[in-house]
Amino acid sequence: MDDTRDPLIAVDDVHVTFKTMAGEVEALTGVSFDIHPNETVAVVGESGSGKSVTALAIMGLLDGGGVSGGRIVSGGRNLAAMSEKQLRGVRGSEIAMIFQDPMTCLDPLYTVGNQVVEAIRLHHKVSKKEATQQAIELLAQVGIPDPEKRIRSYPHQLSGGQRQRVMIALALACKPRLLIADEPTTALDVTVEAQILQLLRDLQKEYEMSILLVTHDMGVVAEMADRVVVFYAGQVVEQGRVDQVLRDPRHPYTTALFEGIPTPHTDRSEPLTAIPGAVPSLRELPSGCRFNPRCRLAFDKCTSGAVPLFALPDGRQSRCWLAETDDASRSVSEPLAAEVAQ
Amino acid sequence: MTAQTTHNTAEERPAASGDTLLAADSLVKHFPIHKGFLRRTVGQVKAVDGVSFEIRRGETVGLVGESGCGKSTVARMVTRLIEPTSGSITFGGADLVGMPRSELKDFRRKIQMVFQDPFSSLNPRMRIVDSLGEPLVAHGLSKGQSKVDRVCELLELVGLSAKDRNKYPHQFSGGQAQRIGIARALATDPDLIVCDEAVSSLDVSVQAQVLNLLRRLQGELGLSYLFIAHDLNVVRYISDRVYVMYLGRMVERGAAEGIMAEPQHPYTEALIGAIATPSGEGEERRIRAVANGAVPSPSNPPSGCHFHTRCPFVMDRCRSEVPPLYELSEGRASACFLREKEAVS
Repeated sequence: MDDTRDPLIAVDDVHVTFKTMAGEVEALTGVSFDIHPNETVAVVGESGSGKSVTALAIMGLLDGGGVSGGRIVSGGRNLAAMSEKQLRGVRGSEIAMIFQDPMTCLDPLYTVGNQVVEAIRLHHKVSKKEATQQAIELLAQVGIPDPEKRIRSYPHQLSGGQRQRVMIALALACKPRLLIADEPTTALDVTVEAQILQLLRDLQKEYEMSILLVTHDMGVVAEMADRVVVFYAGQVVEQGRVDQVLRDPRHPYTTALFEGIPTPHTDRSEPLTAIPGAVPSLRELPSGCRFNPRCRLAFDKCTSGAVPLFALPDGRQSRCWLAETDDASRSVSEPLAAEVAQ
Repeated sequence: MTAQTTHNTAEERPAASGDTLLAADSLVKHFPIHKGFLRRTVGQVKAVDGVSFEIRRGETVGLVGESGCGKSTVARMVTRLIEPTSGSITFGGADLVGMPRSELKDFRRKIQMVFQDPFSSLNPRMRIVDSLGEPLVAHGLSKGQSKVDRVCELLELVGLSAKDRNKYPHQFSGGQAQRIGIARALATDPDLIVCDEAVSSLDVSVQAQVLNLLRRLQGELGLSYLFIAHDLNVVRYISDRVYVMYLGRMVERGAAEGIMAEPQHPYTEALIGAIATPSGEGEERRIRAVANGAVPSPSNPPSGCHFHTRCPFVMDRCRSEVPPLYELSEGRASACFLREKEAVS
């Protein structure tokens, strides 16, 4: 990755705390990563790992909590410190978001056309007629057949894939520079998923936008992402270029995550290599490394004190003591000196 | 579905013992569409349209297809939660279709189900001991202390602790709750468990645990599974044989590995081509083959072969004639005219 360019968005040491009946819960603990122009960054992790919270924090959509520390920098401004009114100018026009379930995000009482026209007119001063024309063009662009007719359809008259296309059209209405896609294909069938991902790739080129893809599907990551950020229990545990992370993960959690997924080459006669236990509750985090109770490679150091995010060669990062010395058996050729603890 | 036969050939599956546990023949389920004030029937949704399959003792049969293809309707007919419009389901020598409720009760014990969302299938206000004990009481299998003992035994069987019996569902993680769902299915000592997307809502690290658990239980208890899922890699891993459905019809059948390695129907090929797979060593980033369009509505399916509207190999014939399920070698079968010449009978 070309790190000399200014990132489009820099998430810098972000902490998110939710106040609940049973006290405060820290959902994100010091999360940092960059999104560069035209880049697709995948955020992966299991439920409760903080990946969706990260997406919502960037959008300024956190409910019942907020960014309690750190900054989200875009174009010299700190989004985390902006007022709701200022954020409204950013949302939609600079950053847009699509969600997992398009049915719950579209208003069932308004036609698809109404909703797209509204999105256009909120940000641009154009006549209704002009906005309608733009809406038809947008719907055509996201691959809705017969957009002139479809503009009069209600969400329930569309298939799941078409609804997701409408969501994408809504998100693109103001040509955002960053599209946040939170599990955009999880609710769709595989053949439709493939079509939607293809559409996102095409639109990314055309609109020259960055995509932040939140997903738990490693297949989708492999297909879409340039870089991948792996979350575990509210922390970034590993990040790097997608080909490197997939081929040679540097955190035991990432390794274990890949091993547990059946592939077309999995030996059917053997049990799958499962990670024991479950993701810890954010209220009862283990001491030391948050993954240590489930880690095959855990040793005494892992149970005491937080693990820093080690910077590895090639811009990679890993939050594992094993990466501290860049163990020779794991390293390919890079010198040991390249690491700096964050 | 004329060409599909229910007799089993021994060479088809060496791992399973061979005797048929459940055989479904020409199953049909049509749901009427009502419209207007008088709720007149204006059409039929042909959710399942003449499907035949069989499940042998100790075997895992995978059932795949996109949403709306009728997988879950098949599951509900097998568990007799809904009545088929026509066709037969033979289980242990008796036909379950049209069987009076009183007799059906014994068979319900033998066919159990595990659902997709473990939390919505467990009563949040019931302790685990009561949730798991309910089927035992309902079927008159045990009560009182022996019920509690059986619940403890079940919890340990699925890898939980007997101490968990007094907890409520919300005190468990998703993976643990699904283990409880499996324990409840096991309570009545069934022969067949229908798993309808049983691992689909679980996190990847937990999914592997539950798949391993299902396999271990199969080995220990000699269970058969009807495993319904949309993740083809999971289905390939867990199943011995796989059936592929499209818009209410079977389009392909075969051994799990064979079907994934060499699909014999364009639809199966499209499904497999559509899976995103984390690439292995040195593999190029794979851009998926994209099948056109979405599944047409089952209330108004295309004529002829249902898949012809999306098929890259479509011929004139496909638009008017319904291809039968051609029997191919090694227990494979495909409902595609392209395979007509290879049909063995």
